[in-house]
Amino acid sequence: MAWLHTWSGLLLGWLLLAMFVTGTSAYFREEISLWMAPELHHSQPSPDTPALAWAALNAKAPDAKSWDIQLPEARSPVAQLRWQPDRPQAEDGGRRRGEQAVMDAGSGELLSPRASRGGDFLYRFHFELYGVPRIWARWLICVATMFMLVAIVSGVITHKKIFKDFFTFRPGKGQRSWLDSHNATAVLALPFHFMITYSGLLIFMVMLMPWGMNAAYEDGWRGFFQDVFPREEPAAEGGAAMPMVDIVPLVARARDTFEQPVRRISVDWPNRDNAVIRVSTAKDPHITDQRRGGNPTLVFNGGTGELLETRPGDEAVPGAFRVYNLLVNLHLARFADPTVRWLFFLFGVGGTAMVATGMLLWVSKRTQQLRGKAPGAALRLVNGLNIASLTGLLGALAAYFAANRLLPVELAARESWEIRVFFLTWLLALGHALLRPDRRGWIEQLAAITVLWAALPLLNVATTGSHLFSATAWRTGALAGFDVVCLLMAATGGYALWRVVRKQPVRGRGPLPQRRTAEDGA
Amino acid sequence: MSKHSLQRLTASPAVGVASRTLAAVFGGYALAACATTALALWLPAAPATAVITANLLSFLIYTVAVLWAFATRSAARAWVGILAPALMLAVLAWLGGAGNPF
Repeated sequence: MAWLHTWSGLLLGWLLLAMFVTGTSAYFREEISLWMAPELHHSQPSPDTPALAWAALNAKAPDAKSWDIQLPEARSPVAQLRWQPDRPQAEDGGRRRGEQAVMDAGSGELLSPRASRGGDFLYRFHFELYGVPRIWARWLICVATMFMLVAIVSGVITHKKIFKDFFTFRPGKGQRSWLDSHNATAVLALPFHFMITYSGLLIFMVMLMPWGMNAAYEDGWRGFFQDVFPREEPAAEGGAAMPMVDIVPLVARARDTFEQPVRRISVDWPNRDNAVIRVSTAKDPHITDQRRGGNPTLVFNGGTGELLETRPGDEAVPGAFRVYNLLVNLHLARFADPTVRWLFFLFGVGGTAMVATGMLLWVSKRTQQLRGKAPGAALRLVNGLNIASLTGLLGALAAYFAANRLLPVELAARESWEIRVFFLTWLLALGHALLRPDRRGWIEQLAAITVLWAALPLLNVATTGSHLFSATAWRTGALAGFDVVCLLMAATGGYALWRVVRKQPVRGRGPLPQRRTAEDGA
Repeated sequence: MSKHSLQRLTASPAVGVASRTLAAVFGGYALAACATTALALWLPAAPATAVITANLLSFLIYTVAVLWAFATRSAARAWVGILAPALMLAVLAWLGGAGNPF
C-alpha cells in the first residue's frame, strides 16, 4: 500500500499544503482581522460599552427591524453593531445581512476601518479557494481531504514500525532525514491529522453525504435542521412606536443571574410596543456543545423591561450529537482558550511540515536514484511546484499583510487589491520556481521570504501606532503576538536558508537537483 | 500488502489500478451512501440521532472501502467486495422507505 500513500499524497499535496497553511492561520482569524484594521486598535472596553452601543443604535437606526450588538471580548476590543432596516428585502437588492458598524468600545465613536477581508480571506480560502465557483471549490477541497484521510490510514498501515520510526531521527542525511521528519511530524500529531480531516468532511456532510437525511426527512436537510435547531420566528410586523427601557439594568441583571459577562444583546422591533430584548452572557465552553448559540439568555419586554423568559443555555443532547459537536469544535477550536489555541496552531504548523516534508522526500528519493544524471522534466516540475507551494505561498502571505499597511486607505476596491497582491506574489513565485526548479530557486525564495517577514514588524512601526514598541500592541496581546510570529517566520526562513546555503551539493545525493553536477558527470 | 499480491498487481498494472481506482472512488461512495441511508432509516433512535450517527460513520465506511479496493488480491474482488454489500444496503434502505434519492 506504499505506492497508494506516495501517489495520493503527491497528487493533492500542493493543494493540501495551501489548505494547511491558510487553515492554520484561521485559528487566529479574528486576531489577523484585528491586526489588519489599525483603526480599531485604540478601542478599549469599558463598563459603559453597552450603554454607548445602545445610544449609537438609537441614533443610527431607531426604527430598524432588528438590532444585534456584539460586546467586546478577549479576542476583539471593539463593539460590533448590526441592524436590519425595516424595508422589504427587494428594495435592498436582496441584501439579507443588513447594515453594520464598528464602535469604539471606550468612546462610543463609530469607526471606519480600512476596507480589508482580513483573516476571513485566508479562512475562506482554506475550504473554498478564491474566484472559483464556491460549490466546485468545496468539492475539490473535500476530495483532497478524502485523499488525505486515505493517505493517513494507508500511511499508518505502511509504517508497521511506526512508533520505532518516531524515535528515529537521522539529521543531515538527505533523503533519510526527510523521511524521518515526515514520520515524526505525522506520528506526533497523528490524532490531530485524523481529527482535522475527518471533521473537515463532517462539516460538509450536507453537501457530501445528504442521502441519509434526504431519506429520513420529507424536505431533506432543511427538515433535519428544523428538527435539530428549531428556529423562532420574530413577530412579522412592528407595533406602534414606543420608546424602550434603559439597557444598563437589564445587562446587570443578566450578568448577576448567570455570573458571566454579557456578550450579546439582540432586539426584535426596537422602539415599538412589541419590542423584545435578548441579553446573552458568555458561557463555560464545553467541547461537546453545539457550534452556535446555546448561551444563557434573559428575554425582556422592550417597552416595560419585564422579564419574559430565562434560558439557562445548552440542554443535554444525545450522544451522537456530542460526538459530532466534539469533532467539529475540535476542527474550529471553538472552545479553546489562548493556550489551547496556540497548541492547535502548532499542530497546524506540524501538519504543514508533514505535507511539505513528504513532498520534499518524493523529490529527494528520485534525485538520489538519478545518481548524478540531470533530472528530467517531470522531476523538475515537481520540484518547482514544491518551491512555489511552500516558500511561494509563505511569501504571498507576507505580501498580503504588507499590502494591508501599504495600499492607500481610500483606494477603491481596496480589499480586492490586497487579495490581488497575494495572488500576484504567488504567481511571481511560481514563475520564478518553474524557471529555477533547483537549489538556486530554494535559496532565492527563502531569502525573499526571510526579508518579507522580517519587514512586517518594521512596516508596522512606520505606518501604525500599534507596533511592537507601543503599549497598545501589548495591551491587546493579539497585536504584539502577530508581530512576534512574523519575526519567528523570518527566523525560520533564515535558518532554512542557512542550512541550504551551507549544504554542499554532492553528486547523486542531497534533496536538490543540480544541473552543474550533471554536466560534470557527462 | 504482501509481496505476493504486489506481484500480481504489477502483472497487469494499468488496467488493474484503473479498475481498483474506479471501485474505490465511485464504488466506495455508493457503498457509503447506501450505508448512510440504511442506517439513517433503520437505527433504533430518533430520526435526527439516526441521521447524525449514520453520517458520522459514512466517511469511515468510505475509507475502509478505498483501502479494501487497493489491498485485496484482485480488482474483481475489489468490485465484488464493495458492490455486494452496497446492493444489500440499498435493498435495506428501500425496505426502510427510501424513495428515489434524485
